[in-house]
Amino acid sequence: MNALRIALAELWGLFVEDATLTMGTLICIALAAFILPKLGAPARWRAPIFFAAVVLMLLENVYRGSRRP
Amino acid sequence: MTWLHASTAFVAAFLASLVECVEALTIVLAVGTTRGWRSSLLGAGASAIFLALLVALFGPALGRIPITTLQLIVGILLLLFGIRWLRKAILRAAGVISIHDEAKIYEEETALMRETARPERSFDAVAFIACFKAVSLEGLEVTFTVLAIGAGGSLLVASIGAALAAVLVILLGLALHRPLARVPENTLKFIVGIMLTAFGMFWIGEGLRYPWPGEDLALLGMIALLLLFSALAVRVARARFTEATRT
Repeated sequence: MNALRIALAELWGLFVEDATLTMGTLICIALAAFILPKLGAPARWRAPIFFAAVVLMLLENVYRGSRRP
Repeated sequence: MTWLHASTAFVAAFLASLVECVEALTIVLAVGTTRGWRSSLLGAGASAIFLALLVALFGPALGRIPITTLQLIVGILLLLFGIRWLRKAILRAAGVISIHDEAKIYEEETALMRETARPERSFDAVAFIACFKAVSLEGLEVTFTVLAIGAGGSLLVASIGAALAAVLVILLGLALHRPLARVPENTLKFIVGIMLTAFGMFWIGEGLRYPWPGEDLALLGMIALLLLFSALAVRVARARFTEATRT
């Protein structure tokens, strides 16, 4: 049971390390999948907007993370 | 599958596998030299069989999922996985978190293994478990990367890339008998993080049926832009960290 718990924790750790980064990434995906079509964004702009959102979120996360000495 | 997709998948799988295999090799070498090779290699071998079973179990199942659903699921997982690598690589390059040092890890693991009493029997459970765990954890990352990158039809190419890297690391390990500390692991992780993040976003776009400008060429564009923004992020993070440590 303990080994299974460790294995699941390790598996979880492959995708989630910084909770704000994970949440930010999922919000960007949700934005791309649900919000952009509702806002009527042209189809050819949706993928580039999604890319820009992820990059901005990553930059913000790194900026915040670099403050910790 | 275009040549561009295949070559990008090959490079990404090769580099990801190279990095993970170097990490696994460090542990196996540390355990093997301090506790004996028989149980250590048995642990590593058992792990390789375990990983092969995982691929045999999940590989064919992936083929039954509709392609757009598969691209979306794999894209989300790949993006979460890749962006975690990229963030860490940026913070490492900026000096905010410590650089991954194989020689130091080797020393620590060797010291830890020496502290634990050795059994009188020939089978050493500590060595077996330590190697099984190290190879499984690193191998799981490689397995996931190969399955995810290969989901678009380049599974064979990605598998060849990953296998080549593994063989290369094993041969170097056999020849040198010490950790591969000279491999520029952090730089490689930086590149792999960028490639996996780009692949993840590309698959998500494809899964949502959003056209990418330039179609497959967008993957190269995303890699170039991510490289540019990551380099910028390193500079900003380094300056900010230096300022924070001064005050």
